[in-house]
Amino acid sequence: METILTVSNLTKKFGYLTAVKDLSFTIEKGNVYGILGPNGSGKSTTLGIVLNVVNRSSGSFTWFDGRATTHEALKKVGAIIERPNFYPYMSAIQNLKLVCKIKEVTEDRIEDTLKLVGLWERKDSKFRTYSLGMKQRLAIASALLNDPEILILDEPTNGLDPQGIHQIRQIIKKIASQGTTILLASHLLDEVEKVCTHVVILRKGEKLYSGRVDNMMASQGYLELKCKDPSALVNLLEKDDRFDKIEEELGMVTVVLREKMDPGELNEFLFKKGIVLTHLVMRRESLEEQFLNLTKNQSN
Amino acid sequence: MKRLLQIEFIKLWNNRSSRILIISYFVLLTSIALVAAIKFDIGPIQFHLADQGIFNFPYIWHFNTFVTAFFKLFLAIVIVSMMSNEYSNKTIKQNLIDGLSKKEFILSKFLTVISFALISTLFVFVVSMILGLIYSDYDELSIIFSDLEFLLAYFVKLVGFFSFCLFLGILVKRSAFALGFLILWQVFEGFVRGMIRWKLFDSQTTDTVMGFFPLNSMYNLVKEPFTRLNAVQSVANQIGERVSLNYHVHWYEVVIVLIWTSVFISLSYLLLKKRDL
Repeated sequence: METILTVSNLTKKFGYLTAVKDLSFTIEKGNVYGILGPNGSGKSTTLGIVLNVVNRSSGSFTWFDGRATTHEALKKVGAIIERPNFYPYMSAIQNLKLVCKIKEVTEDRIEDTLKLVGLWERKDSKFRTYSLGMKQRLAIASALLNDPEILILDEPTNGLDPQGIHQIRQIIKKIASQGTTILLASHLLDEVEKVCTHVVILRKGEKLYSGRVDNMMASQGYLELKCKDPSALVNLLEKDDRFDKIEEELGMVTVVLREKMDPGELNEFLFKKGIVLTHLVMRRESLEEQFLNLTKNQSN
Repeated sequence: MKRLLQIEFIKLWNNRSSRILIISYFVLLTSIALVAAIKFDIGPIQFHLADQGIFNFPYIWHFNTFVTAFFKLFLAIVIVSMMSNEYSNKTIKQNLIDGLSKKEFILSKFLTVISFALISTLFVFVVSMILGLIYSDYDELSIIFSDLEFLLAYFVKLVGFFSFCLFLGILVKRSAFALGFLILWQVFEGFVRGMIRWKLFDSQTTDTVMGFFPLNSMYNLVKEPFTRLNAVQSVANQIGERVSLNYHVHWYEVVIVLIWTSVFISLSYLLLKKRDL
């Protein structure tokens, strides 16, 4: 598989503070990556380094297997960082034409991208008259001008209202469905969960996990059960070592599975023991729970 | 190179205040022709400035390059703000992310500086030529095209000065403060001159030492032309003062300014390279 970005042993120090510590990961073509981490975990710094705006302290990174210099490679990348930066006195079209000049691409995709993000009607308005959501959408249009090999988005929905967040997510999903590689940095987990296939998880500049989202935890999921006599159910489950972390709350019993199990099998087993379930749901942990577990484990 | 200039042109020309300043600058350059119209006609006293010989070839090259150099402050504002606005709008960050290298970024600004200086020089050349052809007492080709080194000096002077502005824009990142710094620097050079003249050297050595300071070296390139005027000289002779005439452009003065220019541009590049954005 084609490698787009390789980061090895990257470190960045701001004085006494280490923002990124010995970080390594690779980005392969065709996947959608999420970089996760709480605020201040080094996400933006990492992206800043590979995007040539922050100097690294040590380590290295290469674009496209080192086949191009960083600034040449960046012409094949579309990136949006934190907040949209454009010339406030220029219109959307003028700003995009400037970006075309810098990226050395023709101007014929301007119309398509502006239509994709829904700004074609406002194309001649000055950038400073735009709302934050519109600015963010213009940034996406600008990042797509060169039909990029990879789209890098840093907190694309930060500070937007629910409607704006929804619009941006729709656009991201649309782009992802076209097979573009995406690298999405965010602290909003449901955002990442909805679109990403792979994650890199950072905490205080260190990598906690990198790999597929589904392999993040070896967990088999958990069950939510209800019946007339919860305490009998709890007693029964506690004797069985296929179950772990049995908890009862407001009549609802949740139980974590140690091994793979068919819920129907459990239902049958319980029925034979004289317990009739009124509620049975099998769930996987959400990314949020997995993330909290992972960061919690590491801090002990 | 053409691409870099186009990029800068889009940025500058779409900015209304820059556009107004650039246009007024060139209008002012042309307005030097209005000096020709200065005419007093009070009874017996008749004075027509154009008749005093200021538009004679080759003196006009000296006079016009000296006077028009004062208008460079207009472009200084444009250059300082074109640099510092990139910081305040954070567009410099976006430019680099979009694939402009740091070297290209500085180069595009430096090329703009050179273009401004070049266009100004051409402008002054054309305006002076027209004025000279109208008012000059001499019109032999050999005289018209003598002393053209003043134009070269003017060009180098502008490039040096604008590079200084560019560097201040990057260093300070705020246009108002950068311009303040420029004025402060001018005051500082004046202060140093006063101090070393007072405590260390005689007047001639002081001039030599000051010739190595950036703003002073730029000023030295085109010296004041007024003492060359016949009228001024005859007045000086009458009061028994001998005016020493050393108004030529010296090669070492050009070299000093060129060295400062390269220092400013390299420092700008190093600053940009070292800073995290």
